[in-house]
Amino acid sequence: MNDILFMMVVPFIAACLLLVTKNDKARTVIAEIAAAIIILSSIWVAYSYLGEPQTFEFHSETIDLLMFAAEVVLGLTIIYLGIKHKKYAASVLGLVQLCMSVYFEFALKEGIGVENALYIDDLSIIMVLIIGIIGSLICVYAVGYMRDFQEHHKDEKDRRPWFFFLLYTFLSAMYGIVLSNDLVWMFFFWEITTLCSFALIGYTRTEEAINNSFRQLIMNLIGGIAFLAANMVLAYQYGFLDIQSLLASDSDAQWILVAVMLLCLAGIVKSAQMPFHTWLLGAMVAPTPTSALLHSSTMVKAGVFMVLKLSPLLTGNLAGYMTMTVGGLTFLLASMAAISQSNAKRVLAYSTIANLGLIVACAGVGEPEAVWAGIMLMIFHAVTKSMMFLSVGTAEHHIGSRDIEDMDGLFVRMPKLAIVMMIGIAGMFLAPFGMLISKWAALTSFVDSEYIVLIACIVFGSAVTSFYWTKWLGKLACVVSDAGNCEETVHKQEWFALGCLGVLTIALCLLYPVVSSETIIPWLTDTFHSSGEELIPLLESNNMYIVIMMAIVLILLPLPFFGRTKKRVVPNYMAGVGIDDQSYVGSMGATVNVTLRNWYMNAWFGEDRIRKIGEAVTAVVIVALIVAAVAGVSI
Amino acid sequence: MSEWIWIAMCILFVVVGPLVGCVLAGIDRKISARMQNRVGPPLLQPLYDVKKFMAKEQITPNKVQDFYVMVFLLFTIVTGAIFFAGMDLLLVIFSLTLAETFLVLAAYSSGSVYSQIGAQRELYVAMAFEPIILIMAICYYMHTGSFSVSDIVENGSMSVVPLLGVFIAFIFGLTMKLRKSPFDLSLSHHAHQDIVRGMATEFSGRTYASLEVAHWYESVMLLGMVALFFADGTWVGAVVGIVVALLAWVLEIWIDNGFARMTWQTALKSGWIVGLVLGVGNVAVLLLI
Amino acid sequence: MHYDASSCNGCDIEVLACLTPVYDVERFGVINTGDPKQADIFLITGAVNDQNKEVVKQLYDQMPEPKVVVAVGVCACSGGVFKDCYNILGGVDKVIPVDVYVPGCAARPESIIDGVVKGLDILEKKRLKLREGGGKR
Repeated sequence: MNDILFMMVVPFIAACLLLVTKNDKARTVIAEIAAAIIILSSIWVAYSYLGEPQTFEFHSETIDLLMFAAEVVLGLTIIYLGIKHKKYAASVLGLVQLCMSVYFEFALKEGIGVENALYIDDLSIIMVLIIGIIGSLICVYAVGYMRDFQEHHKDEKDRRPWFFFLLYTFLSAMYGIVLSNDLVWMFFFWEITTLCSFALIGYTRTEEAINNSFRQLIMNLIGGIAFLAANMVLAYQYGFLDIQSLLASDSDAQWILVAVMLLCLAGIVKSAQMPFHTWLLGAMVAPTPTSALLHSSTMVKAGVFMVLKLSPLLTGNLAGYMTMTVGGLTFLLASMAAISQSNAKRVLAYSTIANLGLIVACAGVGEPEAVWAGIMLMIFHAVTKSMMFLSVGTAEHHIGSRDIEDMDGLFVRMPKLAIVMMIGIAGMFLAPFGMLISKWAALTSFVDSEYIVLIACIVFGSAVTSFYWTKWLGKLACVVSDAGNCEETVHKQEWFALGCLGVLTIALCLLYPVVSSETIIPWLTDTFHSSGEELIPLLESNNMYIVIMMAIVLILLPLPFFGRTKKRVVPNYMAGVGIDDQSYVGSMGATVNVTLRNWYMNAWFGEDRIRKIGEAVTAVVIVALIVAAVAGVSI
Repeated sequence: MSEWIWIAMCILFVVVGPLVGCVLAGIDRKISARMQNRVGPPLLQPLYDVKKFMAKEQITPNKVQDFYVMVFLLFTIVTGAIFFAGMDLLLVIFSLTLAETFLVLAAYSSGSVYSQIGAQRELYVAMAFEPIILIMAICYYMHTGSFSVSDIVENGSMSVVPLLGVFIAFIFGLTMKLRKSPFDLSLSHHAHQDIVRGMATEFSGRTYASLEVAHWYESVMLLGMVALFFADGTWVGAVVGIVVALLAWVLEIWIDNGFARMTWQTALKSGWIVGLVLGVGNVAVLLLI
Repeated sequence: MHYDASSCNGCDIEVLACLTPVYDVERFGVINTGDPKQADIFLITGAVNDQNKEVVKQLYDQMPEPKVVVAVGVCACSGGVFKDCYNILGGVDKVIPVDVYVPGCAARPESIIDGVVKGLDILEKKRLKLREGGGKR
């Protein structure tokens, strides 16, 4: 158990050190050493506890008290900040939450002690590895990135110590979320991640950043309040406050169902599902490592982790239908909205929302097969998406734009980066790479769930997904003859992180059966009390071999053939009036440059239109089903 | 025993598939000509064309396009091979998408205006078509309990009866996939130019020949999918399937000659509406019975 | 491939007539394509002028070997009645090498088809020559 505590505390210590370090060199050293320790300790923990789920007796009044005190301080801070920036909604919600926690602490929590405050099982181990490895890689990347960032924003005060403090604190809090058995603890860490994210989004302190950070805060406070309400329901009705007891209880009981729905709601907010998805979009104003760390690979994963954790309680009940519907619709609508975006980070944000939707929907189905797909999606998504964010960040610093249109011919200008990006995009939607395997499993299990809305959502959603990724891929692949190479100045930390993630993406594609049999299947067997039998069609050896063979072919094929042609290279056809590939002779002999843009179909998939539909429908679904559950309706 | 049949089918497809596809393409040109009161080219004209392209001077707009087209051809063959080997239908669909993506990349990579617009139009058509084919796989699964082509065939009854809605939707989608008018937006097989043939603008010589050969394979596989609706594991089913597939081919030629090209909006809208009404409707019916 | 230099459109109409049911040039496997990269025969109507000589050259250059040029109509052959115009350079052969000349004003579809089929023979000869050349480009 000490090793787990060590793992949880290291990032926080590193954070405190980084807060007081002003020197760039020292910061680099500390950040890198801390990252190495975090990676190693998480691997160690995974190695020692894999396949051996256990809870740890760990209870201390002092820590509980400290947490409560911290919560009160944070609550007061939120109220103060809300008033200072004239965001009264945040203050009001902060006040509500504060009152609720105080009431909870003194009136309801009496006598309910959780003896085993910590636990670890295979699902937590997966999360620990995601947080430890990917999180640390992103932190390493951030060192190089923030150096450039500061140079691009010279006139601003150097707040990097604060930035790194937040990043590393955040890692600690994430560990807390995935390892706490005590719901009160979990709630505390949950709120910490919200606040870290709030501060990181507002990092640049521009007006836009502050507005968006408050949007994030307000929405996540709603989630926090739902979380707290669930805790209150559980304490008041049943007198327990730990996850193990919750999972062991009967989901048909009315108030258990309500509590589960409230917890799912908290998860839905955190994982930026509709109608709460706008906070994630707003969060894209933050420096790119923030987006990668918080908004693609880890923090939003806390939300889906929660829903996945609860998935055994979601089978075929109101809570299940709520998560399925919200997840499915979010997947479809967010994918559609992604078409209309040309800002690479927003495309990534929408795609993140969509993929999280898929995971949430998988969890909502609540069958082992679906949950298998959900966890696989989570793993692949964490690796691939953080890689995509980081490459967009690097591209932005070197080509001066994060617009996909400006990435025209990136293949020539930044070949290595373009290849990393192409691996990432291929990993996001293309057979035989990661996401697709899980999507395949998801599709099968959705059909098995016989919930027609979900089937329609995934069918149309996948079509849309291929569309927006391929058009981006095309832009990257485009060969522009006159462009110069401009990737000489990329920092080595950035290459290191990108390289590791790239290798990880490919390795995962080849090794996913091992990952599945070592971690996910045992967890599912434990949780659902079923053998892995149901998963056989999915992992049917024939299909698996073919998929892996396809992957190997696709990886090896480029080596001897890519770009090696003996053919004569000739200019493009330009109706006979071309000057070179990018310009032609217009009327009156003038030279006209060619500009080409992708299609965005705003009239069809415009953001506003999608947002209105999505928010209205999902909000109605959530409210109606929760009300129904409170009223005692059951199906 | 039955395993050997599937392996034989798979090998047969890889070896004979392109010849069949070539003859089909020849029939297409011949029938189209007759419909227009013309004599038309010799039946094996597509083969002569490909031979000619192979012998031409090899040029390319850039050093990578070849590779993309090679992968496209390879995975088109793999897709068909998986299908005719009786394996998973979803795998077939995903592999098809993969092949498609490489074709689109090949077009994008040239950086030519025409190719890029063509590539995007191709993506629209793919987006319109994909729901239909996915729903088809889902309905097979709901009906027979398996995604595997061999299980579907050995199911013992013709799937077309409970899957009628999807069958019609698939025939509709076939028009897009076979690049027939009214939905031949990106790569019309008629001698057009500029945008309507945008995808192919920068392909020439051997690259263009590979594209043609890939289309032959693709046509055979798609007709195989039509036949699958009627396959019930007996000779009767096989014969009925092949006959219907050929009828579908003729129907597509007729549609091709009888309709004007429509806009991409119409393609997308109609593809989705058909997918939603007939496809999802069929899912609903299967859920109820 | 068909390119209209400065033709009066008389020959162009006859070229299109070749594609109609009455003449049906597809009997010989011939298709009118717009893409030089996939074309074998470059069929030009009309004389070449200062404006379009570069275009003709570029299209010709973009056609892969072996290739054949067919000049259709008297203007494409020699400049015809426009020969002495200030802007006309003359026949197509002033800019690119021409293999088959199809005279007429306008050229009749029969003679156009005849010219194209002759072009096919020349194409075959060129192909063989290219092959004998040991793949020399």
